Amino acid sequence: MNIIKNRKIFAICSLAIIVIGLLMFFIKGFNYGIDFTGGTLIEINAGKYIPVDEVREITDEYDKNASILHGGENKSELIIKSTLDLSNNTVTEIVNKFAEKYNIDRSSFQSEKFGPFMGKEIRNKALLSILIATILMLIYISWRFEFNFGLAAIIALVHDVLIMVAVYSIFRIPVNSSFIAAILTILGYSINDTIVIFDRIREESKLYPKESVGNLVNNSIKKSLTRTINTSITTLIAVVVIYILGVEDIKVLALPLMIGIITGTYSSLFIASPIWYELKNRKIKTAK
Amino acid sequence: MKVKNTILLLLILSIVAGSTFLALNGIKVGKYEVVKAKDAIDLGLDLAGGVYVVLEAQTDAKGAELQKIMEQTKTIINERVNALGVSEPNIAIEGNNRIRVELAGIDDPQKAIELIGKTAQLQFVDPDKNIVLTGKNVVGSEVQYHNTELGQQEIVVGLELDKEGTKNFAEATGRLTLEKNREDRIIYIILDDQIISYPAVQSAEEGGTAITDGKAVISGGFTLEEASELSALIRAGALPVEMKELQTSIIGPTLGLEAYEKSVKAVGIALLIIMIFMIVMYRLPGFVASIGLIVYTLITVLAMSSLGVKLTLPGIAGLILSIGMAVDANVIIFERIKEEIRMGKSIRTAVDAGFKRALTSVMDSNITTLIAGVVLYYFGIGPIKGFGVTLIIGIVASMITAVIISKYLLKLIVSLTGGKNPKLYGVNREVER
Repeated sequence: MNIIKNRKIFAICSLAIIVIGLLMFFIKGFNYGIDFTGGTLIEINAGKYIPVDEVREITDEYDKNASILHGGENKSELIIKSTLDLSNNTVTEIVNKFAEKYNIDRSSFQSEKFGPFMGKEIRNKALLSILIATILMLIYISWRFEFNFGLAAIIALVHDVLIMVAVYSIFRIPVNSSFIAAILTILGYSINDTIVIFDRIREESKLYPKESVGNLVNNSIKKSLTRTINTSITTLIAVVVIYILGVEDIKVLALPLMIGIITGTYSSLFIASPIWYELKNRKIKTAK
Repeated sequence: MKVKNTILLLLILSIVAGSTFLALNGIKVGKYEVVKAKDAIDLGLDLAGGVYVVLEAQTDAKGAELQKIMEQTKTIINERVNALGVSEPNIAIEGNNRIRVELAGIDDPQKAIELIGKTAQLQFVDPDKNIVLTGKNVVGSEVQYHNTELGQQEIVVGLELDKEGTKNFAEATGRLTLEKNREDRIIYIILDDQIISYPAVQSAEEGGTAITDGKAVISGGFTLEEASELSALIRAGALPVEMKELQTSIIGPTLGLEAYEKSVKAVGIALLIIMIFMIVMYRLPGFVASIGLIVYTLITVLAMSSLGVKLTLPGIAGLILSIGMAVDANVIIFERIKEEIRMGKSIRTAVDAGFKRALTSVMDSNITTLIAGVVLYYFGIGPIKGFGVTLIIGIVASMITAVIISKYLLKLIVSLTGGKNPKLYGVNREVER
């Protein structure tokens, strides 16, 4: 397995996904969830499947454009999303109508209302936090390793975030607060993964100072490969279990997390190290 | 030596097993009770069911003035919520001009939301139905003791007014003192269209004058209870600014509980599968890692319940993910041990060297993630902050288990088994060499 030799192929693969994602983003935009657009969300655990047509009989009166989704086991959970800012009384009215018609316990529903402003605020705070965290991590890695490692790790991180964004826009996964949670999780996971491999490169370069940079990277990756794969497997096990057993709200989070973990692993192996190689090589060349 | 270590190992294993049993089932001995871990963790509203509202103050005020308004609003909302009889409400000022109100387990959420957000329903009206004061003019109201002319102590309700209120009140009281009949001198205090008190201004004949200092008292033979109730009503009646509802969430208690039950089950199953995976991959060390994983989960749950971290759905996702990541340090270390064994070292030396050589890697990778966690906690709001806490707890707990507990246990086991059989460490030396 010669990662350094094939580094351009990996870079092209990643770039292709990112470019397609960004194109989709510019053409169609994100599929924003209502916590970003503002609106009302009503969830009813009906205990049985209620066909969309029957749901519409009740909801059309309030919002003809409301989106109706089914979730949970046997599709017995009903999710009504409206971009309208329905009043609390209206929400109660809707819930009561369902409760009466289908004999549902009134404690089996939930509703959420969002002003469009909330999502923006959370997003801005998240962006700011990520930016500060990135700078501090760059400083720490530069201090413990060298600036090139820090830079390569951060570029790999940006790569992961871009891939996540691309996946969200290609598959039109709703962008809501979970999106932010997913990005943050991947931020932590991916950097952790990358540092372990960098640590190996650092150690190998001390053990074999005469080895070429390319061989150093290849050997280090080869030696940490089992560890990288095993950690990804245990983490994936956890996420897959939540995806299978979890409730609807958690499933929304689990799917992008799976993609993120795979991306994070991929970038640690095939993106971060080659970038470090490039940075290192450039330095050697300019030194000569 | 061997006997001592065996006892030590059995002791550790039984402590872990005992704690696990306690965490799963709880125990009650006489007065002392350890509740099940499942019940000890504070649940966020999305799991416990209830209402939360985020309200935004509609005002141009800034800085210290805004801060004062917000503190005042918070106090008033607190009082209104108390009147609803909600246990453990959570009311917090968020950002500069927002208040988040969380009420768990409430019967009529609609009514609660309406009551919380209501502004300025308090009015002071003169007999000609002119509004003299509104709630926003009342700065404070409290029970006071007054000495009467006869030298007795009397319980009264004191009022303090703002600048505009002082001016209006002076004008109105000045005018009313001139009226002869008592009923023409009454100032009706109305809250939500209900008259809660109707004190009369003293007439000029009785020595009454216009009240110009913005401080008034309502007397009338109150009992202490009546007086505190009236002053509380007056205080609660007045939000200083209009509050706009930004976000509301109502979660039925059954849905939340179902989500929690399912999630707890998911955590258990994830733990089990990961343990099996580790034992298959790493044999004896894998067994040690599994013990470590149980300890990790116990530490995390204990930390969350004692720090009062509210568990939410995204929090659970974070927790399960951290369980997956928690074995990472172990995986790094065990891979190193395998390498060392393959290089021909004795198992005893290999274990020592494995821990030593993996340490920098484990530390550096975790500290980097820790930086992210701390920043998210420090700068984030709402869900981001919660996520930061979970991340920090997870990393610290996994470092403790991997670097201290796993190491100790593994060394103990190596000393017992003599460390002769590399197969027990997942290495087939003959084949792989």
